[in-house]
Amino acid sequence: MTGVLAPLPVLLPLLGAAGTLLVGRHPAVQRALSVTVIVAVLGVSVALLVRADDLGATAVSVGGWPVPLGVVLVVDRLSALMLVVASAVALGVLLFAVGQGSADGSERTPLSVFHPTFLVLVAGVSNAFLAGDLFNLYVGFEILLMASYVLLTLGGTAPRIRGGITYVVVSLTSSLVFLAGIGLVYAATGTVNMAQLAVRLGELPEGTQLLLQSVLLIAFCIKAAVFPLSAWLPDSYPTAPAPVTAVFAGLLTKVGVYAIIRTQTLLFPGGALDGVLMWAALATMLIGILGAVAQTDIRRILSFTLVSHIGYMVFGISLGTTAGLAGAIFYVAHHIAIQTTLFLVAGLVERQGGSTAVDRLGGLAKASPVLAVLYFVPAMNLAGIPPFSGFIGKLGLLRAGVEVGTGPALVLVAGGVVTSLLTLLAVSRVWTRAFWRPRSQEPGADTADAAAADAGPDGPEPATVPAGRAADDGPTARQAARSAAWARHTEVATAAHPGAEAAEESATGTGGRPLPRVMVATTGAMVALTVALTGIAGPLYGLATRAAADLQERTSYLDAVLGDGERS
Amino acid sequence: MTPTIVLPVLIGGLYAAGVYLLLDRSLTRVLLGFLLLGNATNLLLLSTGGARGLAPILGYAEPDEMSDPLPQALILTAIVITFGITAFVLAMIHRSWRLSRQENVGTDEEDRRVAARSGTDADELDPDDLAPEDRPAGHADGLRGEPQAPSDDVELPRAGLR
Repeated sequence: MTGVLAPLPVLLPLLGAAGTLLVGRHPAVQRALSVTVIVAVLGVSVALLVRADDLGATAVSVGGWPVPLGVVLVVDRLSALMLVVASAVALGVLLFAVGQGSADGSERTPLSVFHPTFLVLVAGVSNAFLAGDLFNLYVGFEILLMASYVLLTLGGTAPRIRGGITYVVVSLTSSLVFLAGIGLVYAATGTVNMAQLAVRLGELPEGTQLLLQSVLLIAFCIKAAVFPLSAWLPDSYPTAPAPVTAVFAGLLTKVGVYAIIRTQTLLFPGGALDGVLMWAALATMLIGILGAVAQTDIRRILSFTLVSHIGYMVFGISLGTTAGLAGAIFYVAHHIAIQTTLFLVAGLVERQGGSTAVDRLGGLAKASPVLAVLYFVPAMNLAGIPPFSGFIGKLGLLRAGVEVGTGPALVLVAGGVVTSLLTLLAVSRVWTRAFWRPRSQEPGADTADAAAADAGPDGPEPATVPAGRAADDGPTARQAARSAAWARHTEVATAAHPGAEAAEESATGTGGRPLPRVMVATTGAMVALTVALTGIAGPLYGLATRAAADLQERTSYLDAVLGDGERS
Repeated sequence: MTPTIVLPVLIGGLYAAGVYLLLDRSLTRVLLGFLLLGNATNLLLLSTGGARGLAPILGYAEPDEMSDPLPQALILTAIVITFGITAFVLAMIHRSWRLSRQENVGTDEEDRRVAARSGTDADELDPDDLAPEDRPAGHADGLRGEPQAPSDDVELPRAGLR
């Protein structure tokens, strides 16, 4: 049964990508197809999770090749849980994108590329979670990265190309480090199968082990954006379209975290580099959140909190105890959902207010109470306010830290609390300025500003301006025109991109439009999902604990892949 | 097996040159650096296969005379991936050239703005109370009060930033 199901999360999206390419001229068919595929992947993942939780780890030899020769897919509790969360989030983002597409007019060209690429991304993520050997993990990473390059530079405007280049070069570097690491591992052990590696790596001299472990960890820490290898993330993520940023924030870094978990538990269970990881986790948490406090753009704030909260997961991993790992796994599940939701909300804010710069926003709570609720709930969840899952995850991690009780662990606990408080500061500043502050006094000028800002991250999309803001009376209109001219000027100065038309268009008074219902409904469903995580926190935390125990013992994984006879 | 000095020296040289080129701001050089690094990594993978041997084809050579086929398979996969990414990066370089007539890594203006902000937390203040140079980019008041020049001659308020 698992043998049939396990390849499907990779296979279905790839076939779906081919199908959506074929029907690229029929947007409605394309949308229906990709939504169907993701729903199917979600269903398969849930089935896999139920079976993995009942029966333990299962290995599937693709193509029927015996284990050390062929490619192995391994489904254990951790990978199945990751698959479920990832596909649920992917479904939410896809529906949001469909809503955005039908609101903007689906004849826009990038959308016909969006669906196949998105499905390839999902296939890559699934492949990385299921991979039973290092090289297959590399291939999974490459598939998802290749898709992410395309998604990040969708439309090819100047800011996206600029951010995309940083992202591509950094990702390429990390991939090459990973590939070199695979080469070194193969040279030392003669295999790339992770279960065999788990047996053979332990027999190597300590120095060699340390070298291999650090090469792999460096590669994965770049992908997971662990400080000091995190600077690329806030630079490149905010420029992409809202659904793309959302799915990146939810999934891509977490694949890196997943790889770190596998490295630290399955391949190198000795905990040799736990100390280094602890300090890296502390620096990631604190420096990330200080970056978020300094920013004034919602998307950039969220990008920095993303970096910062990766620190929590690395903190849990670096403790090296079952409780720590369980906390980290729960936190990964929570954070995938919450960060994606917040980026979707940022997309809605941009549509409603015409900008994501907090300086240019105001009065959103009055203009759209629904949006205010949609922002407030996940923001409090992210900061870790009690009833929400963010609180439960952080509490679990802090308790695990106190249980370990060594000096560095206690420092990390303190750092975690400070980070949580600073997160609250960062998100509530957005709340007070963008949602509660009364709207600015100069509608015309403000509108042009907002439009200019909007043209920044999202060039080709016409700026959204709430109705009645672009009041066309004498001096204000002239000022708006001048402001638009200024915006055009800046664009020539920075790097000309086709946003000035949008600025001018709205300065002369285009009408606003209400938030599309599908987008609001999808975001609402995602918010409901993050709240529901609180409701199922008990079973979920139990599952995370069982997964962590599996990871610590390793026997379930090794038995599944190698069978009983080949453990020599 | 006699170890050869040629491969390690070659790999090291390619890595060094690749890293040097990768750090350049010109995108073409970055791409060339990436290609060198990719080839260095492929050679590294090749050298993990151990001593040289005959082609790993059943019936052509005995198993103990064969060279290790797995690294070769890995290299082939890596070459294909490198090829695809190179094509994509070339397309991005072309696009960057079309957009801005330059193929350098651009500056993150928002980052510069945050970094250049004065010590007091400008975010907490009303933009209208701030000195013009502290106002957020695009704030229209930076233009008010100036003599009414034709709009195309508007001076950039923050020209020194770049």
